Amino acid sequence: MATIVGSITTSHVPAIGGAIAKKRQQEPYWKPFFDGFSAAREWLAKVKPDVAVVIYNDHGLNFFLDKMPTFAVGAALEYRNADEGWGIPALPPHRGDLDLSWHLIESLVAEEFDITTCQEMLIDHAFALPMELLWPGPAPCPVRTVPVCINTVQFPLPTAARCFKLGLAIGRAIESWDSDARVVMVGTGGLSHQLDGQRAGFINREFDQLFMEKLIGDPLWVTRYSIPDLVELTGTQGVELLMWLTARGALPGDVNKVHSNYHVPISNTATGLMVLESI
Amino acid sequence: MPSSKQKREIPGTTLFDGEQARKGYALNKMCFSFNSAENRAEFVRDEDAYCAKYGLNAEQRAAIANRNVLQLLAAGGNVYYLAKFAGIFGLDMQDIGAQQSGMSKEAFKAKLNETGR
Repeated sequence: MATIVGSITTSHVPAIGGAIAKKRQQEPYWKPFFDGFSAAREWLAKVKPDVAVVIYNDHGLNFFLDKMPTFAVGAALEYRNADEGWGIPALPPHRGDLDLSWHLIESLVAEEFDITTCQEMLIDHAFALPMELLWPGPAPCPVRTVPVCINTVQFPLPTAARCFKLGLAIGRAIESWDSDARVVMVGTGGLSHQLDGQRAGFINREFDQLFMEKLIGDPLWVTRYSIPDLVELTGTQGVELLMWLTARGALPGDVNKVHSNYHVPISNTATGLMVLESI
Repeated sequence: MPSSKQKREIPGTTLFDGEQARKGYALNKMCFSFNSAENRAEFVRDEDAYCAKYGLNAEQRAAIANRNVLQLLAAGGNVYYLAKFAGIFGLDMQDIGAQQSGMSKEAFKAKLNETGR
């Protein structure tokens, strides 16, 4: 049976793509953010995952309002990044893992998650940037991937409790997958930020740091908040912390914190990074 | 249970819910088309014709003409699609944030940097 080695959760601001393209990683503005990733890469080199299940939210590259799935799972051989309209160079494509995709799809539907399956799926910066941070080019990314996309564009969004349960179900699916693969969960989004409205630029350090701390040993803590509560506390895009919660939900048993980093601001965003290891 | 008649009020914030999604569909569809460089060029060549092709209403057309993010949001725009519109003019999220909060970009960035200290 497959093994879940742990999770890496991180922010996914588009401007990071510009900084990578212009090699600004060591400039004072960017250094505290990029330096946080060395420890995550060292951990990956140690645990050597074969596959990453990537929980992220699309920002209008693959999905439009004509059809907006709450939960979508990729089932493609390859996932390509593409022009998102704001001038960030497209990142390399990622290999899929069809066996895990279909096993996940079958398991999730059997557990009453009525997901959308996608045999073609563009991945936006929310998927491609964290992968580039964790496995920087030019060498091809060594892990196969399965994208799981959660709607945070159009309200109503799935509740925090529902996302945690999705994570639990993903964890059970991976653990029942007849494979000797080592699987890492990746969750991307947040932390607090708001792009739209007069409150644009809103950040909530205290909440972010409490959320990160609680995610380790008491992940259900955040499920006490409704989606509008989370928007009020973390901003209209801070609600992307749902991706962190889903990835955490997939980890069986207790976890150890291997590494974390928190830095404000990158563009309009409070950025977080956390590596959790299954014990 | 939540009802559309008892919406949660969050200052300076509009949730992109069904009401906004209904109101803004044409505007968002046009902005979604700006994922394509060819479409961005077509908009720049003839803005009126491009807006007419997507069936923008008068409020949406005026908000596009004014390059005004708060007006675009009020007309049903969603920030992710609007960001693609802003991209045509080389504007980033900090330009957009500054405009909405009524600050210069420098003041907006300074406020964010202050939060980080």
